[in-house]
Amino acid sequence: MATAEKAKQKSDVTLHYLRPGKKFPSVWCPGCGNGVVMGSLIRAIDNLGLSKDEVVLVSGIGCSSRLPVYLDFNSLHTTHGRALPFATGAKFAQPHMKVIVITGDGDALAIGGNHFIHACRRNIDITAILINNHIYGMTGGQGSPTTPGGTFSTTTPYGNVEKHFDPCSLAAAAGATFVARSTVYHEPQLQKLIGQAISHRGFSLVEAISNCHTYFGRLNRKGDAVAMFDAFKERAVPVGKASKMTEEELEDKIVTGVIHNVEKTEFCDEYQKVVDAHMGEK
Amino acid sequence: MPARERKLLQGNQACVHGAIYAGMRFFAGYPITPSTEVAEMSARLLPRIGGRFIQMEDEIGSIAAVVGASISGLKSMTATSGPGYSLMLENIGYAYMTETPCVIVNVQRGGPSTGLPTKVSQSDTMQARYGPHGDYCAIAVAPSTVADTVTETIRAFNLAERFRTPVTVLLDEVIAHSRELIYLPEEGELEIYNRVKPTASPEEFEAFALTPNGVSPMPSYGEGYRYNVTGLTHDTHGFTTNRVDEIPVKLEKLRHKIADYTDEIEKIRVEHMDDAEVAIIAYGSAARAALQATDIARKVGAKVGAVQLYSIWPFPDAKLKELCGRCKKVIVAELNMGQLITEIERIMPDKQITTLQRYDGEILTPLQVVKKIEEVL
Repeated sequence: MATAEKAKQKSDVTLHYLRPGKKFPSVWCPGCGNGVVMGSLIRAIDNLGLSKDEVVLVSGIGCSSRLPVYLDFNSLHTTHGRALPFATGAKFAQPHMKVIVITGDGDALAIGGNHFIHACRRNIDITAILINNHIYGMTGGQGSPTTPGGTFSTTTPYGNVEKHFDPCSLAAAAGATFVARSTVYHEPQLQKLIGQAISHRGFSLVEAISNCHTYFGRLNRKGDAVAMFDAFKERAVPVGKASKMTEEELEDKIVTGVIHNVEKTEFCDEYQKVVDAHMGEK
Repeated sequence: MPARERKLLQGNQACVHGAIYAGMRFFAGYPITPSTEVAEMSARLLPRIGGRFIQMEDEIGSIAAVVGASISGLKSMTATSGPGYSLMLENIGYAYMTETPCVIVNVQRGGPSTGLPTKVSQSDTMQARYGPHGDYCAIAVAPSTVADTVTETIRAFNLAERFRTPVTVLLDEVIAHSRELIYLPEEGELEIYNRVKPTASPEEFEAFALTPNGVSPMPSYGEGYRYNVTGLTHDTHGFTTNRVDEIPVKLEKLRHKIADYTDEIEKIRVEHMDDAEVAIIAYGSAARAALQATDIARKVGAKVGAVQLYSIWPFPDAKLKELCGRCKKVIVAELNMGQLITEIERIMPDKQITTLQRYDGEILTPLQVVKKIEEVL
């Protein structure tokens, strides 16, 4: 197939899932990785052959959380940090639905940290896509739970003195059964991992490392969007290779691929067993 | 015809029976004294009817799950007490903005803060109206007996579905933990209201359409409508707006769909008011003392009447004013430092208003009310 034709097909798929009548442009800065993640999500869902009606996209507050509004699915744009409990209600009420949460590092790990670990612990069949740009973008560049030590933000003007979370380790330790990471530079991999996560029965997390060149990039002299994408390419190490590297060698690297994948009973399935056993009792 | 089922229940347990009668199929909650039995009873009963119970990580998550489940089509409820209600305010506000039907039971205890976990209070009266930030109209109902708790919980669900809004059931520790012998309503005995579903095709569907009564038909997720729900101020399609011509439309919709239909919401019990010169106004467990005291005072010829509010919000301004029209004096009995009284003073500036307050964690006794009547007469 000719390249131009391929590109057209790709854009037709994208257009099919964008909300009709919704006024673009999006709220995102030009070059923002959120658009890449949105494209990956669209293509992953299209590849899985899901119907638009069976997908519920839930988000909290922040730049990444605006994503569901642009897509032609059932969409629930909620309050800051609370996407996962809203999603828990939606999923538990209709377990046949595919519930996908779009969240950011501040949304999921600061204000929503408690909800995050408990959604992992329950192993409820929800896919969380955590777009990690290491900063609060929407409010103008404040430090987040993933802002690396020593880096600058508007609330760490002399360098961050705090430690940061690794969302993947946190999720795996809390009980999530599928955990993966990629970056917005590695779009084909990101798309594949999102597809695997949605297909996985249980709580799945895909961490998408992304760029906020507007704040994180500017305040830390990381360059423009393209420069930040290039840096992701340089820093990425596939999980297999990473397993043979020392902690020092992995300093500042981004380990990509499926990091954790185990089978455990799923929350809605287990509850259904309770219902089946006690239905009709007086 | 099946006989009505007779049961010895706590108010908290009666609340769950009422909720299930009204169609509750989803409960999310977090343990807190004195409301915990509502969650425990829901956990026990819901699986038996194919419903769902989940204990969430906190009250914020509980109300979030309730709203998510309601948008997915299940009638949903949570129960808590003051400290938990404070945590829930964020997403109760979300439910107002997104017009999501749900029921929040607040079994009131003493505050502020963790206050008095095992002691009765009515100090969340104003919180039930003005808790979440922003402009909206709130609905709150208030039972005073275990039997009332069944019917008022049913009414709360009906109002939530009818008006597409969160509804608070203001219980208190005394009603919640009192055991009374009651009859549960038979199937079909009480009317159950279910949210109106859209008849328009998904292409023509407008999620928050302006309708003659202000309530937009509400589909469940998965029914083909794929609409957007957001806590941001939105247009009639559910999309965020900053337009000066669209913002008031949304806010006025939230107000008028309730404020213009208060007749459907207000519920007041009146005793001995025909020739009363003194009226006692109360709700919840304070109303029990007020009603009994009125009976006692009448026996010695005192012209006293009692007005019990079953719905606190919207406040029944016109009805209450009319009911108390011929009284010169009004006693407001409440278990706080004066919350209901501010509303009464607002609507009856011409009356001699006396307050009977108790905020030491104990109930008002009929004798205390009788003494107050003597003082006022």
